[in-house]
Amino acid sequence: MCRWKKYKRTLLQPSRIETALRTVMTLKPKQLFRQLVSWAALLPLASTVLVAYLGTVLWSLNISFTNSRTFPSDQYVGWAQYQRLFDNDRWLLSLQNLALYGVLFIAACMVLGFLLAVFIDQKVMAEGALRTVFLYPYAMSFVATGLVWQWLLNPGNGIQQAVRQMGYPDFTFDWIIDQDMVIYTIVIATVWQASGLVMALLLAGLRGIDEEIWKAARIDGIPTWRVYVSIVLPMLGPTIATVFVLLFTAVVKVFDSVVSMTQGGPGTASEVPAKFIMDHLFGRANIALASAGSMVLLLTVLALVAPFLYARSRARRREEQA
Amino acid sequence: MKLKLLTLALSTGFAALAHAAGPKAEVIHWWTSGGESAAVKTFSDAYNAAGGVWVDTAISIGDQARSVAVNRIIGGNPPTAAQFNTSKQFLDLVEQGMLNNVDDVALRDGWDKFLPEPVLNVVRVKGHFYAAPVNIHMPTWFWYSKAAFKKAGIAAEPRTMDELFAVLDKLKAAGLIPLAHGGQPWQESIVFTAVLANLGGADLYLKVLRDRDAKAIQGDAFKNVLLTFKRLQAYVDKAAPGRNWNDATALLITGKAGVQIMGDWTKGEFAQAKQLPGRDYGCIAGFGPKSPYIIQGDVFVFPKTTNAEAIKAQKMMAGLMLAPTTQVEFSIRKGSIPVRTDVDVSRMDICAQQGLAIMKDKSRQLGNGEVYLNPDQNGSLSDILTAYWNKNVPVEKVQKDIASALKN
Repeated sequence: MCRWKKYKRTLLQPSRIETALRTVMTLKPKQLFRQLVSWAALLPLASTVLVAYLGTVLWSLNISFTNSRTFPSDQYVGWAQYQRLFDNDRWLLSLQNLALYGVLFIAACMVLGFLLAVFIDQKVMAEGALRTVFLYPYAMSFVATGLVWQWLLNPGNGIQQAVRQMGYPDFTFDWIIDQDMVIYTIVIATVWQASGLVMALLLAGLRGIDEEIWKAARIDGIPTWRVYVSIVLPMLGPTIATVFVLLFTAVVKVFDSVVSMTQGGPGTASEVPAKFIMDHLFGRANIALASAGSMVLLLTVLALVAPFLYARSRARRREEQA
Repeated sequence: MKLKLLTLALSTGFAALAHAAGPKAEVIHWWTSGGESAAVKTFSDAYNAAGGVWVDTAISIGDQARSVAVNRIIGGNPPTAAQFNTSKQFLDLVEQGMLNNVDDVALRDGWDKFLPEPVLNVVRVKGHFYAAPVNIHMPTWFWYSKAAFKKAGIAAEPRTMDELFAVLDKLKAAGLIPLAHGGQPWQESIVFTAVLANLGGADLYLKVLRDRDAKAIQGDAFKNVLLTFKRLQAYVDKAAPGRNWNDATALLITGKAGVQIMGDWTKGEFAQAKQLPGRDYGCIAGFGPKSPYIIQGDVFVFPKTTNAEAIKAQKMMAGLMLAPTTQVEFSIRKGSIPVRTDVDVSRMDICAQQGLAIMKDKSRQLGNGEVYLNPDQNGSLSDILTAYWNKNVPVEKVQKDIASALKN
């Protein structure tokens, strides 16, 4: 708190503003032109952000308070759409599924991706080939691989049937048709897809770590696992943060895997918010309810990501001050 | 021969009107499978023969095709005609003044005289005709495999709901899958519609789906319908969730399952397996002499345009699509029945003939859920039903949820 006040005071010092003003005033025409050019170069990006991102968010917010159906209307109905949303069992179940899925998916991807990266970092043979194998799932569209997963998990002709034919007639693996377990099949399939990406990013981070650190640790006789956990992992902080943000966005927009594997079923057991929104946006022609849903999703994301970003920017500021 | 003469007559007639190349018409539809494209070719052939130029824009999956059509209409580049279901899907377009009406053609050909009431009420909005209905599908047929029935020792087809359950029990005892079902929300809605129509009757059906009467929904008769719907779930095999409808039909074709409740598009699957109605499989439209015939189907709407050429194309198309010969030809390929009963039925299969016979009784014509409910209400209802089918939810809660979902 105290530091912030001090920072504000230095920022707002009259002398500083004066200097800034004086610099602008004393600019020669040529320099001024150069300044303008740099602003002009920024303009396309700035307008994209304003119109394509902020503009559409505001438009959705506006729509979510109306009674729009196929077309936007200007009849405002207050919070009615939000009320309907939170009276809706399918929406509530979708949020619950998203939370469960998010925690499991991010945790499993992180752990698995890190282990894969460490494994490849041991200078294994055929590193290039293995890297490709692990990363390949990410390069394929989930619409196709989701269908393959559906076949694998289908109790009639997938893994269950195969194991039974191998001589274990009591083997059961029918999560995909089980109300309570189906969401875990989505986790399994998407972890398979995304952990390769996590591996690639963390491997790049691992390769960036100074050899000297390893040498020093070896001289001190520290076991390898300990070096990874206590030294390397903290040093990978920024990479892990990037991975987290990537995985988090993947969680919020999870859609294709559910559609291609379960279509939200059995019943509504594997429904997710993005599918709810898409259904109402097109098939059910209720853009107001869909907009309300996406606003709730946006607020959830902001509520989770904002503290994280704030903490990061504080840490950076502290570093700069040190 | 008749068709040829007709098209010849039409083509010479129109050729006089439309100079060299007739009016060009771009048509968006979602008929992409084998039988479906063969069916739509009936329309394009008739249109081309009449001197027009049919430009086909087929987009697979109904939802996609409809959203492309709506986006192009909003964007100011509308197609000449676009497919929708016989439903309230295009009502918003009508209310926004984005469709041309085809009143001239409808009045000239007397659509209001031969169209079934539920269809007429969908295409005619505030006295104007905004869509050309092209076919009638009946979603709640009971199909059964003769081989499976024989294996289970079932001599006669069921004539009441109770007899259906007796049949299902026998099939179960014979080690067969009694009810072939694909566990997807829309298929569960079909099973529900079948129970509501056959057990609840036309009165309750209309009270619930058309009038959205909360009292009827909370009442005992509807409770019984829901419980019977749920009771059917016990006759479905464990691997049903997520299964496609045609895979369920395959269970009937191979004699592994006994009964499937599904629309008449199922006939296409049987035909591909070289099975014939009456010989290899049976079709029951409903139970009892008063059982309703549920109507669902497709229509073409004609987006607003001031281009005289395009308007001419739209009117020409609307006229051709409902012509008796085109209607029969189209439905034979599509597996549906014509929207008019004054046609030559001799070339249609026995199930379609049975359907057309029922359709002659006006009191037995009912629309499916889409005809009465808007897409949003219909979707909410489907969410509740699929959750009820798959989970253990108290029936009272289901009644309450349906009442509140249909309220707005």
